[in-house]
Amino acid sequence: MSSIGTGYDLSASTFSPDGRVFQVEYAMKAVENSSTAIGIRCKDGVVFGVEKLVLSKLYEQGSNKRIFNIDRHVGMAVAGLLADARSLSEVAREEASNFRSNYGHDIPLKHLADRVAMYVHAYTLYSAVRPFGCSFILGSHDEDDGPQLYMVDPSGISYGYWGCAIGKAKQAAKTEIEKLQMKDMTCRELVKEVAKIIYIVHDEVKDKAFELELSWVGEVTKGRHELVPKDIKEEAEKYAKDSLEEEDDSDEDNM
Amino acid sequence: SEEEECEHQAESSSHSSDRTTIIAIAFEGGVVIGSDSRVSAGASVVNRVMNKLSPLHDKIYCALSGSAADAQTMAEIVNYQLDVHSIEVGEDPLVRSAATLVKNISYKYKEELSAHLIVAGWDRRAGGQVYVTLDGLLARQPFAIGGSGSSYIYGFVDAEYRQGMTKKDCQEFVVNALALAMNRDGSSGGVAYFVTIDKDGTDEKCILGNKLPTFFDE
Repeated sequence: MSSIGTGYDLSASTFSPDGRVFQVEYAMKAVENSSTAIGIRCKDGVVFGVEKLVLSKLYEQGSNKRIFNIDRHVGMAVAGLLADARSLSEVAREEASNFRSNYGHDIPLKHLADRVAMYVHAYTLYSAVRPFGCSFILGSHDEDDGPQLYMVDPSGISYGYWGCAIGKAKQAAKTEIEKLQMKDMTCRELVKEVAKIIYIVHDEVKDKAFELELSWVGEVTKGRHELVPKDIKEEAEKYAKDSLEEEDDSDEDNM
Repeated sequence: SEEEECEHQAESSSHSSDRTTIIAIAFEGGVVIGSDSRVSAGASVVNRVMNKLSPLHDKIYCALSGSAADAQTMAEIVNYQLDVHSIEVGEDPLVRSAATLVKNISYKYKEELSAHLIVAGWDRRAGGQVYVTLDGLLARQPFAIGGSGSSYIYGFVDAEYRQGMTKKDCQEFVVNALALAMNRDGSSGGVAYFVTIDKDGTDEKCILGNKLPTFFDE
């Protein structure tokens, strides 16, 4: 449902007659063209999963990561223009670092999300710059506030979530996420479900090969955001592949 | 009433300096922070009822020692910074944040300033906490003493402090320590102010000179 914003879409400093800022909407389109990233909050932590499309067999495995570490206790999964996302991750890192330097403790996630969202919003005000073409999900876990998950989009709003998805298959991913009872699950259980969801929403026909990036932060990692260890990741991917085959098989039976 | 008599008269004499006794101690669930009330400029007592306990936030106080002007200004600045910070973050600030802000000023301007603030308070994450910020360091301690009068009571506090003291024990500890220091230090005296902070609120008290505990020679 693309609309033509003839004349009102040339700069972010212009409203259209129906009250839209087209440049921001176009920025969100850039996110929708990117492959999917999801973040889910459970009882004792947060798990991120990213479908990283592999455009060439010549790429080194693990390059162009889409999950970043912002301070020890915060993870950031991104979708959209990767260069814009990297720049924002540096902004987030500086915010977290300055907070720690000024106040002597870890930055609360809501505050970090608000600060980075304000920064993203600033780029939607002027014609001299363009909005950031990426959305990102921030997650962390601490003893007092428990697990937390926030998403920031190119318009500069931040939302708190139990589970969210960004990127091309976000609708399909959200449907799958809604089926989960995440509040009762632990990180270990959730890791497998996240892998499964990424495998489900991956479009074999259009996109061919992909790498799964998985990371988590929670009681299982003592509050540090880390990539999921290789053995647990392999177990999760196996679970995901097996579940998909089962569903394929059961489809055939129904014929 | 006692409180009215203790109302402090704000002296802005530029040559008065705080030779003083300050103390803070943490217990499970809160802190007690106390000070004497004498401001002296050489041999002259410029203010005998000065309250050296300054609020940084609802449940975080600091005790001022060293140069009166420097200490008061630092406390005012940090009070402002914490106001802004608590609104931005949407909850009451941590005692650690307050102490870090004080430390940052102390350290950055350590050549120009001459003040030591003891920061003490209660927050929901770590309960009662006491921090020292002398010379720009930041250290959390079970209790802390400062000012010229503190030299006379190191033995007392080291011997008397026990782990697991109750709120009442801590209040007695503070009042006794202040009384002893005020007896021996020429630069400390007047009345004893102390503030008890816990999750339920902040309770400010003042004990007049003639109601302070007495010891063997009185």
